[in-house]
Amino acid sequence: MIPRLELHNITKSYPGIVANEDISLSIQRGEVHAVLGENGAGKSTLMKIIYGAAQADSGEIYCDGKRIEAHNPAISRSLGIEMVYQHFALFESVSVVENIALAIKGVFDLDRLAAEIKTLSARYGMPIDPHRRVHDLSVGERQRVEIVRCLLQSPKLLILDEPTSVLTPQAVVKLFETLRQLASEGCSIVYISHKLDEVQELCDTATVLRNGRVTGVARPKETTSLELARMMVGSQLPEMHVSPSVPSEKPVLEVRGLSAPARDEYGTELTNISFDVHGGEIVGLAGVSGNGQAELIALLSGERTHSRSETILIGGRPSGHLGAGERRKLGMAFVPEERLGRGAVPPHCLWENALLTAHRTGLVRKGLVERGQARDFARRIIDRFKVKANGPQSSAQSLSGGNLQKFIVGRELTLEPKLLLVSQPTWGVDVGAAAFIRQTLVDLSRAGAAVLVVSEELDELFEICDRLLVISNGRVSPPLIRKQTNREEIGLLMTRVGHGEARRSEVALEN
Amino acid sequence: MDLFIAIFTGTIIAATPLIFASLGELVVEKSGVLNLGLEGMMLMGAAFAFWAVISGLPMPVAIAAGALAGAATSLLFGVLALTFLTNQYAAGLALAIFGSGVSAFLGRGFGSTPIDALKRIHIPLLSDIPVVGPLFFRFDPMVYLAIAIFGLITWFLYRTKGGLILRTIGESPETSHAIGYPVTRIRYMAVLFGGLMAGLAGAYLSVAYTPLWVENMTAGKGWISLALVVFATWRPLRVLIGAWLFGGMTILQLQGQALGIAVPSELLSALPYLATIIVLVIISQNRQMLALHFPASLAKPFRAAS
Ligand SMILES: Nc1ncnc2c1ncn2[C@@H]1O[C@H](COP(=O)(O)OP(=O)(O)OP(=O)(O)O)[C@@H](O)[C@H]1O
Ligand SMILES: [Mg+2]
Repeated sequence: MIPRLELHNITKSYPGIVANEDISLSIQRGEVHAVLGENGAGKSTLMKIIYGAAQADSGEIYCDGKRIEAHNPAISRSLGIEMVYQHFALFESVSVVENIALAIKGVFDLDRLAAEIKTLSARYGMPIDPHRRVHDLSVGERQRVEIVRCLLQSPKLLILDEPTSVLTPQAVVKLFETLRQLASEGCSIVYISHKLDEVQELCDTATVLRNGRVTGVARPKETTSLELARMMVGSQLPEMHVSPSVPSEKPVLEVRGLSAPARDEYGTELTNISFDVHGGEIVGLAGVSGNGQAELIALLSGERTHSRSETILIGGRPSGHLGAGERRKLGMAFVPEERLGRGAVPPHCLWENALLTAHRTGLVRKGLVERGQARDFARRIIDRFKVKANGPQSSAQSLSGGNLQKFIVGRELTLEPKLLLVSQPTWGVDVGAAAFIRQTLVDLSRAGAAVLVVSEELDELFEICDRLLVISNGRVSPPLIRKQTNREEIGLLMTRVGHGEARRSEVALEN
Repeated sequence: MDLFIAIFTGTIIAATPLIFASLGELVVEKSGVLNLGLEGMMLMGAAFAFWAVISGLPMPVAIAAGALAGAATSLLFGVLALTFLTNQYAAGLALAIFGSGVSAFLGRGFGSTPIDALKRIHIPLLSDIPVVGPLFFRFDPMVYLAIAIFGLITWFLYRTKGGLILRTIGESPETSHAIGYPVTRIRYMAVLFGGLMAGLAGAYLSVAYTPLWVENMTAGKGWISLALVVFATWRPLRVLIGAWLFGGMTILQLQGQALGIAVPSELLSALPYLATIIVLVIISQNRQMLALHFPASLAKPFRAAS
């Protein structure tokens, strides 16, 4: 049988780095093929080459036995190749339905398409509101849009670059059902993920990359995840040490009866939220994205201020009215969920990006930037967090997704904050680095800092948190002690809609 | 009443070249390209249309010649800014200087005699209604064309897929490329359309409005059109209103000078610019709306990733 896709000796280098070297692989019809590898191994680069969004320096691509020359995304689309980008390819200024309309052929009828998106997305277990503007969506919601956009077009070859990095477990289950269905109809799927259990569940074959080269092929269903991890990282995984927490007497962060109107007609209203985070502990905020996390985080980080200052207390000081900079002065640090745009300025280089939040640590003297020190600071992050980059001079956008994440998390951790807010701390980070980041978060808290983690990954929250909060429809549950609760209880709280009517589409998940 | 009719019709006519030029520029900027060379393209359009008339060509052909001259001039900008990725500010300014120089050179042989201006229409019955007739139905065809083009552009931008593609390229050409749109080709088309419209604006000045050839006869109308687009926060309806406002102030200022109001005429001449800008600044206060309509990639060169 002629394979759906064949790659022959693909090589691609960027200045100072060989991202792909002599890669060959072939994918049959209906095959689900995993591409594994640590951060910066060259997975996304290879996917962009297959899709035509990047050009290989040498090598050949065959689709259904025909060689593709002078490749570009338009050609891919006409061949029935679709791709979910790791960093999404969505326009922020227009609505979900307009974004999807841009990607599909046929008559331009937004109303009909919106209705279609509504029903299909609910059926795929990834409900999205077609009329919302992408700008107002969380990364989790954006990921759903990206996936639904591809699924709507019945592709022949579907490339998924970390499609589940910020998806809830329930949505992942539904997505896998859909993908299996597609595969059984002959669609080939290339699947990238750092979550090895997913790969084992879904994929027939796997190609492992390291430093841009193929280092092994495997049948994930017949291989243990430990072996897969070893093939990827090439060494043993570090083990987590979570020592018991000793919470400080007084909370570092206090939220008292925080209510806030929705930012726009589609946002979530926050209703009477109260909780504490003490020094020495990690508190996790679980919930399906779009339930008010974005609003809450904006208010906590100071991106949005509150008219009543005593709703938020940092170190006992009323801070609701303070801006982000002033809160950072009180010892707060923040890792936003969007790493490109909010967490980093993509075209700027790493030391400049480090300066953005670390300027208070003596990197700026008399209004002038101490370049040497800023570079050293960036280099320390790069070394400590093993960020794969050409050095402090490389631009943020040239880093692979996971490496940029490591850099941003590393930057905030290096500030040694008293209070750390983190959204999706290990988004797109490989198993080894994720374990390291989690360990560092635990160490930071055990050294006395208060840490609030927002994540959709329950496993992660259960691994590192001392107490868990669940956010649903703009309300936050009372805290649950991690050791006294379980995934089922949390899962139930997550999908339970607040006391209002069932407006949010997440209820659709349950049935 | 007659004074009112005179001011009203004067306003509409004075606004017409601005409507052409700034709506054209609006389309260009929506695609993320900034062409500062409006003044140059308008002058080329004016010169070629005028030349066609004095060579004895019929009026519609002359106007088309003006439009094509504008488009051809814009092509120069396109090659510099889109193919060779020159800085767009520099390329646009160069185009403005180039257009005014070349048009002045061409215009040396034009003499200084006025030509027969573009005829106003006369619709039986409608044009003869008292008051309403002179107010609405006695303009030259280009005035109606400008309004029709306004409707067309609004419809295109906000109701068609083509418009959506154009707007989203203006937000992020990288994303457009990533989902398979030929960014550079589409931007070329936008730039050419902008040139065409600037050419029409110039043609209107030399064969209908003045109708005379004078060196640098656009007298800054290209620059004010650019400002209109910005202050109208990239929205067609506001561009239209801004153009009318400017036209109205121009006419009022002329009337004021005629009546001998005791303000230096230089200051009075500055009034339209000042008033238009103040009003538009006031209506563009809403930051969120601004962010929504502003083409985020404006003036940033784009090359498809390799
Ligand atoms: N545009 C670019 N310019 C320079 N270097 C780049 C560029 N894109 C990628 N690279 C480099 O190529 C290497 C491979 O990157 P790639 O994004 O393919 O990694 P990845 O396997 O997808 O990693 P992750 O799991 O973190 O997403 C990285 O070292 C990265 O820094
Ligand atoms: Mg990647």
